[in-house]
Amino acid sequence: MTGAIEVARAGALTTVQDAGRIGWAHLGVPRAGALDAPSHRLANRLAGNPADAALLETTATGCAVRPDRPVVAVVGGAPCRVTVDGRPVAWGTPVHVPAGAVLDAGPAVQGLRSYLAFGGGLLPEPVLGSRSADLLSGLGPAPLRDGDVLPLGHGGSLPAAPDTVPWPGAPAELVLPVRLGPRHTWFTDQALRTLTTATYRVSPHSNRIGLRTEGPALTRAHEGELPSEGMVLGAIQVPPDGRPVVFLNDHPTTGGYPVVGVVDETALAGAAQAVPGTRVRFVSAG
Amino acid sequence: MLPAGAGALLVELPSGEHAEAFHAELLRRRARGELPAVREIVPGARTVLLDGIADRTPDGSARLARELVSWKVPPLRRDTGEAVEIPVVYDGPDLTDVAAAWGVTVADVPRIHAGTEFRVAFCGFAPGFGYLTGLPEHLHMPRRATPRTRVPAGALALAGAYTGVYPRPSPGGWQIIGRMPEPGELWNPAREPAALLSPGARVRFVAAEVRP
Repeated sequence: MTGAIEVARAGALTTVQDAGRIGWAHLGVPRAGALDAPSHRLANRLAGNPADAALLETTATGCAVRPDRPVVAVVGGAPCRVTVDGRPVAWGTPVHVPAGAVLDAGPAVQGLRSYLAFGGGLLPEPVLGSRSADLLSGLGPAPLRDGDVLPLGHGGSLPAAPDTVPWPGAPAELVLPVRLGPRHTWFTDQALRTLTTATYRVSPHSNRIGLRTEGPALTRAHEGELPSEGMVLGAIQVPPDGRPVVFLNDHPTTGGYPVVGVVDETALAGAAQAVPGTRVRFVSAG
Repeated sequence: MLPAGAGALLVELPSGEHAEAFHAELLRRRARGELPAVREIVPGARTVLLDGIADRTPDGSARLARELVSWKVPPLRRDTGEAVEIPVVYDGPDLTDVAAAWGVTVADVPRIHAGTEFRVAFCGFAPGFGYLTGLPEHLHMPRRATPRTRVPAGALALAGAYTGVYPRPSPGGWQIIGRMPEPGELWNPAREPAALLSPGARVRFVAAEVRP
């Protein structure tokens, strides 16, 4: 049975996300997609969906929705208090939400981004093969507002959930394995030592485009302007202020500031859950 | 050949022209099934990025890198494909500055610009934005000393070696010489293809009458 969910409380920033928009970077289209990819896949699996189905990604303050049909829902990612019509229900495992009841995912207790998967998945119109919101270029569904209605796909009954599920936790300290390049030679040897020995902190100016950091500035060995070049997910771009920015899913596909190194993709789920002020260490990935 | 993380290579070429030729060769070989699987091929000003190399074994990128440097890349062919025509009105706020920098009259700027054949060297900045090359080096323009906080959608602008049309409003430091009356044509995800301008495409600007 298809249906819809109505947004009762949109929260600070809640977006629809799936596995992203792959294959359009040459046209300037960011990949988008869930920032904490393992949590996205796991929430979908527990809701009985294909791993790449569209769901909701919240930021810090959670969100609340009201389905117009009975639905299986999973709230995972950042741990939070979950209620159905005010009654506490389990986080991180499938729950049954009756038609017309309000499923509320509260503020994140740890971490930053919770994921709300619904049996049947969310079905806003895809753009270039993806239902993800891309905040850099404004493709896909806009961030949720109170009263928005999103279509739901066909959903089945409560799937059998395993007894225990290993949800990745929010890191107390974010350790990011880095491979130098492509433009590490634009920096002084001292700057490269600083990058892998100093402690940075997650800046409150971080967003889906990039994890901004506060800490010692990286000094350039080579001034001058870099002709625009393609940028990868996890690239550590160094703008003129010298503070590393780790590119997340909504990053621009080309850029003109040098990239000192690239963070391994597997570490980016942790970056998605690191609250402002979290210590960040860049370590050599070998 | 510069590494860009575990699954990507940034290929640096000696010039923009070489980068365009190398990109064209990559697309030809991919179309013929002669290229190992990569997720994205992203041309830049002097580079081409191969991202999401499927072979993630420690030697995968290195093997591809060795293969790429062994290629003989034919020079860029200038005569392929139908040119995309973009109607524009040459009435931008920086026309006078551009005319002064070029050492010509204001009326000469549209004549020179519309008489130039451009090519999309690469895209980026925003979906639908193409970096177009074609103006000879003595007509290259520096960016404005102070960027504008808001450049309207459709602004036709110059910076460095490039000409571009803004698909949506944004801040920008390029020199604005005109506007495309219907910039929605640049990017329309409901259309196939979504982007009017894709890397390698030929482009001509057609001066439209100024309507009161």
